[in-house]
Amino acid sequence: MSTTEIDRQWTTKFRRRLTAALPSDKLLPDTQPSYVASWIYVFGVATLSSMMVVIGTGCILAIMGPLWWHESSVGHFVNSLHLWSVEVFFFAMVVHLWGKFFMAAWRGKRQLVWMTGVVTFLASVATAFTGYVSQTNFDSQWISTQAKDGINATGGGAFFNVLNTGQMFMWHIVLMPIAAVVLTGLHILLVRYRGVVPPFEDTNTGKVGA
Amino acid sequence: MAAIFSFFGALLPLTSPGHYIQWHWIQISVANLVVIILMITTFIAALVVPFPGRRRRRGGDE
Repeated sequence: MSTTEIDRQWTTKFRRRLTAALPSDKLLPDTQPSYVASWIYVFGVATLSSMMVVIGTGCILAIMGPLWWHESSVGHFVNSLHLWSVEVFFFAMVVHLWGKFFMAAWRGKRQLVWMTGVVTFLASVATAFTGYVSQTNFDSQWISTQAKDGINATGGGAFFNVLNTGQMFMWHIVLMPIAAVVLTGLHILLVRYRGVVPPFEDTNTGKVGA
Repeated sequence: MAAIFSFFGALLPLTSPGHYIQWHWIQISVANLVVIILMITTFIAALVVPFPGRRRRRGGDE
């Protein structure tokens, strides 16, 4: 194959575009800007870390199944880890959201970074909700029967049936995790591409490009 | 082990109905209110607590 032909391939063009936009040192930098040395900047990565624990414990629960997490003490422990890592995940995500909101993190062409974060937050709520109705206990029965009226009122009850355990379980362990992971990946890639949003004073002095 | 469980059970009674606070049309469980207060506290702390190595980094990178 000639060089011209290789240059015309869509894979070549795509690779060049990708490596130009996100070179390896930008994708995984050695240092961070000085303004990142603040506690308010750690909540994004805290959210990501707790998400990893959520996914890890979720995988163990999926392998072992409901009987295990209801009847074995180790199962109870992993089930609790799954729940409490979700609590930490939302806690960190909300503080991250407040931090980014008050520093107007959509500045400097970062609208897509902000919007992927918003959509990831909504997808996470849906993931958690389908999880609460998939516990296969009295709590999940109570939540799903209470939610049924609400979702019927939106008109989506016939399609998204919260009383259908199998459907909710599949949404929780297949569809929603895929959505959450893809959106989070996109969000992080966009953060790397645009850079971490600088504080207002740095933007005004022009010290750090926004 | 049973003694430890009963001790923590007495501190945090998880089998009893939840407590709620109501003010006009606003109703919130104490558990949710505690989490919201903790998030606000964490947020404020994240803004005011100095980050380790902050002084060393200033003027360094970028």
